[in-house]
Amino acid sequence: MTLNVAAIRQQFPMLAKQINGKPIHYLDSANSSHKPNCVIDAMSAFMREGYAPIGRSSYTLAGEASAAYEGARTKVAKFINARSSREVIFTKNATESMNLVAQSWGRANLGKGDAILLTHMEHHANIVPWQMLAKESGFEIRWVPLTKDFQLDLSSLDQLLRGVKAFSFTSMSNVLGTINPTREMCAAAHAAGAIAIVDGCQSVPHMATDVQALGADMLAFSSHKMCGPTGVGVLWAREELLEAMPPFLGGGGMISEVSLDGFTYAELPHKFEAGTPPIVEVIGLGAAVDFLNGIGMNEVRRHEIELTNYAYHALTQRYGDDITIHGPTNPELRGATFSFAFRDVHPHDVSQVLDQHNVCVRAGHHCAKPLMRLIGANATARASMYLYSDESDVDALVEALGDVSSIF
Amino acid sequence: MSNLEDLYREVILDHYRTPRNRGELPPPATCTEGTNPLCGDEIKIFLNVIDGIVQDVRFSGHGCSISQASASMMTAIVKGKSLADVRAVARRFKQLMTIEEDDGTTPADIRLGDIEALQGVVKYPVRIKCAVLGWNTLLQGLNSTDA
Ligand SMILES: Cc1ncc(COP(=O)(O)O)c(C=O)c1O
Repeated sequence: MTLNVAAIRQQFPMLAKQINGKPIHYLDSANSSHKPNCVIDAMSAFMREGYAPIGRSSYTLAGEASAAYEGARTKVAKFINARSSREVIFTKNATESMNLVAQSWGRANLGKGDAILLTHMEHHANIVPWQMLAKESGFEIRWVPLTKDFQLDLSSLDQLLRGVKAFSFTSMSNVLGTINPTREMCAAAHAAGAIAIVDGCQSVPHMATDVQALGADMLAFSSHKMCGPTGVGVLWAREELLEAMPPFLGGGGMISEVSLDGFTYAELPHKFEAGTPPIVEVIGLGAAVDFLNGIGMNEVRRHEIELTNYAYHALTQRYGDDITIHGPTNPELRGATFSFAFRDVHPHDVSQVLDQHNVCVRAGHHCAKPLMRLIGANATARASMYLYSDESDVDALVEALGDVSSIF
Repeated sequence: MSNLEDLYREVILDHYRTPRNRGELPPPATCTEGTNPLCGDEIKIFLNVIDGIVQDVRFSGHGCSISQASASMMTAIVKGKSLADVRAVARRFKQLMTIEEDDGTTPADIRLGDIEALQGVVKYPVRIKCAVLGWNTLLQGLNSTDA
């Protein structure tokens, strides 16, 4: 292994937890990741020693807290190579980021006769906000289909993009693990005069992200999937776009002037951060970014490729045709997220038996019902790994599946 | 493994492997659909009620062993029963699942028989929804039959 996973695991207190006297094998990181001590400590230290409301008061403590909050914004901006920290908006989660995009950019730019392009692999967070708006505004939603080997079928992309104003797609599927050619897709969108909106929830925690090199216009992701706390998400967008967009939520913090006749709004990024933000959580996200930088995102990616390779072989060698993995076979083209069917055993039953062995996997539709319908499953079991996962987790999964085999 | 044996009793696995009354009924039988949005399970209950008696009942759809076995056992017990008795059985089942309290109004001769094997589900709260999916769908069907 490239990473010193044993040392990394020691930094995650939840991974040391035992149930019924046995260790847990957490294989649900695509859903949410565990948190290292440095994140937990940064949040608790901030609450003990640095806490104050930000942006509104002039006393020393408030100034220091504001600086810490803005410092975290700068860390996030650097982490994705944004041109400026003004382009980084803190939201509640990626879902809120997508709703911000739809309600602000979408409402201002999409009407009857317009179209946007999504893909068949999207999470509901990149489907429903557009459908909600389309119901009111009457624009068309088009879809990029899938190929048989679980990739996006980009053969007719130029045709699909004709007349489209936005191409919004996931950089990595949370069900299939498929990594999409984000840079090429952004370029195709631009060639057609569309903006490219990237749902980075599954890729940002697992590989290096450079929004300028990708050529993206917007990127949404969640802190809780990248070792940070819940309660904070990010929307990055090019400054020109954010400048032109109307505010999403209104209230304190986002205004410049308010009178009985109306208001003017604040400069970026505060224009999009109405109300008291999740200050402590943003500090935690900043610490998570430091933690990931300390390990190196390229190292994380390399580790996950190796582990994917290991898991793929371990599962298929032991179970052959009894296991169907819904996703690309080449570990270079996928993340460490495995959706699978085990014979005809229902995923709920699979996860129940695995739980008996403290192997934590998710069973269900993974908030991607259109995709589930396409792969012909109502539900799948999904094992997903992260930088703290190792062969012992994979081995536990493989062993526990043996029990599924003997019960059903 | 001892805990899982409580959940996956032999009689449950038997109903799962060889479900009773699986299939569909043509009109005038009613068809009611139920879903568990959490896990995507879907079920259809076909009911043929004549003169206040469940003459025939079938179920189709897909779901986990618990939801399928529960639906299978349910169809077996309600067939031939009066609507009042079916409702009483359903109430007793929900009491078994601890989602309804026993208010003492269910007649003593309303028994669940094999269905008692599903009691082990109660230890796994997330699975209670699976066990009651078919029953709730049946009750919904009865309500629309009454209307
Ligand atoms: C691809 C993708 N998009 C969006 C989301 C939504 O993230 P959140 O629930 O943090 O808003 C998720 C998380 O499940 C996801 O995997």
